[in-house]
Amino acid sequence: MAGQDQRQHRREDEEPADQPEPVPAAPAAQARDAEVDSLLEEIDEVLESNAESFVRGFVQKGGQ
Amino acid sequence: MGIETEYGLVEPGRPGANPMLLSSHVVAAYAALGPEGEQAGPSGGVPGPAVRHPRWDYEDEDPLADARGFRLDRASAHPSMLTDDPTRPAAAGPDTADAGGSVAGELVGTAVRRPATDEYEDPGAATTVLTNGARLYVDHAHPEYSSPEVTSPRAAVVWDKAGEQVALRSVRLLAQNPAMPDVVLYKNNVDGKGASYGMHENYLVDREVPFEDLVRHLVPFLVTRQVFAGAGRVGLGQTGRDAGFQISQRADYVEAEVGLETTLRRPIVNTRDEPHADRARWRRLHLILGDATLLEVATWLRLGTTSLVLWLIESGRERPAVLEPLRALRLADPVGAVRTVSRDLTLHHPLELADGRRMTALEIQRGYLEAVRAAVGDGPDAETQAVLDRWDSVLERLGTDPRSCAREVEWVAKLRLLEGMRTRDHLAWDHPRLAAMDIQWSDLRPERGLYHRLAAAGAVERLTDDEEVARAVHQPPADTRAYFRGTVVRRFGAAVRAASWDSVVLDVPSLPSLRRIPLRDPWRGTEEHVGALLEECEDAAALVERLGAG
Repeated sequence: MAGQDQRQHRREDEEPADQPEPVPAAPAAQARDAEVDSLLEEIDEVLESNAESFVRGFVQKGGQ
Repeated sequence: MGIETEYGLVEPGRPGANPMLLSSHVVAAYAALGPEGEQAGPSGGVPGPAVRHPRWDYEDEDPLADARGFRLDRASAHPSMLTDDPTRPAAAGPDTADAGGSVAGELVGTAVRRPATDEYEDPGAATTVLTNGARLYVDHAHPEYSSPEVTSPRAAVVWDKAGEQVALRSVRLLAQNPAMPDVVLYKNNVDGKGASYGMHENYLVDREVPFEDLVRHLVPFLVTRQVFAGAGRVGLGQTGRDAGFQISQRADYVEAEVGLETTLRRPIVNTRDEPHADRARWRRLHLILGDATLLEVATWLRLGTTSLVLWLIESGRERPAVLEPLRALRLADPVGAVRTVSRDLTLHHPLELADGRRMTALEIQRGYLEAVRAAVGDGPDAETQAVLDRWDSVLERLGTDPRSCAREVEWVAKLRLLEGMRTRDHLAWDHPRLAAMDIQWSDLRPERGLYHRLAAAGAVERLTDDEEVARAVHQPPADTRAYFRGTVVRRFGAAVRAASWDSVVLDVPSLPSLRRIPLRDPWRGTEEHVGALLEECEDAAALVERLGAG
């Protein structure tokens, strides 16, 4: 597999003590990108139009 | 190994519809195709050939046997655990069924009395065996697809994807039939109102490994593997009372470290000791804590890493030193840690260890990776190497830039869409549209399912191709006993009275009794073993003759 040469990178040498890393990357925190934008447009078209009643109606019996 | 998937289901517009009935419609729609209709492919989807799929042979099932060495008394079992009798909770038979066939290395049939009248078939307990060796049935008000036994994580992905196609075809068949309700199936594990249903993994493990060792070494791995195996969930708590997003669908339903139950007090390691194989040699490790995943890399890594850790633990019998590194990874509170890890989207929260130190989930995973790598040494087979490389790469990237895993790790892929929607439309986490996206993510219909929209847009990494999956809908894996089971159903379906994981019961009219062929050894009944023999038999009578009298 390509791009696997970083394997020796261990945690110890990643973290210089002085500088507080910005909390690395809850993907949450990141800006959206063009791919997501176009996916969202597609999703708008297929997503249940009445989300609230759809969610309320999704009732399951417990299983294993 | 193999994967069982219970699908969520609804009848659109009728939230009160009886889920047992809907589930049995789903199973019956597919079963009615029969082995021939199944082969004919989706275009020939008109049900009604004379030959139905065979029913299930419950003879060797024993859901109350506990891997810790005792058997739960049937009377004290919760009714939902009595899975081996579709009609009534009655005393299970002794678990001493004939192991003679596999020990001798041959598949030798035994005579079974032919019932004078057809047994009653409970429609609520619909169950059937498919030509690919899988079982499709109704389990606890959900349709369930149990994949055939496979020997590699990649094959597990292929036959898991085949299960999605089987489920989708059932839905399409119901949609074509005006007399039947429409049903939509979801490959998820929660309804957000308190109910959970499972994806179970099964691994064949050497019986020599004491169960306690298995549990001790496995638990920290299982608790933390959700960082790459989680499917993502909108809502916190069993009923989703608190708003937010977490890594795992199942995490809030894990309530014990070890136990026999699967429907309540769900454990990290399930102790059901029902090997579906020769009990003296193997156990079937039954893991119920994972999430069903649609992303192929997620499924592959989950099965691949787990089977490598199991291999490591088995290796510890001969080479105790390989297990040494695992001592430093034990968790102080495994059950609590399941939730902690699931709620830590930063992946940097330290977990308390049994020896007082603290490590993050990623660090614990890396500890397992390094232990496996050291034990494997140089030159493992190509797929093992690929799993090790990807495991490494995903852990590395989850630690630095989780977004880079959006094509491989399901919760990251899901969160990316949800965050995009939240930002674009300024939605708080309790907005119903986000919950709707979470549910619709796993809708099996390509035109509606959000996962499928991503796949169509090339936004997820595929490991299989569509033709391969389409073949696996009809063909069993060649290298396990599933080959015998599936092939016999396909070739001699009319004569297959029943089948199970470790038996096939043939009904040959010219014989005075039924013939039960035990498949106690999962490695026998492969194409190599019986391919030529099956080829040479033109009908079930010839097969019975060739296999000899028992």
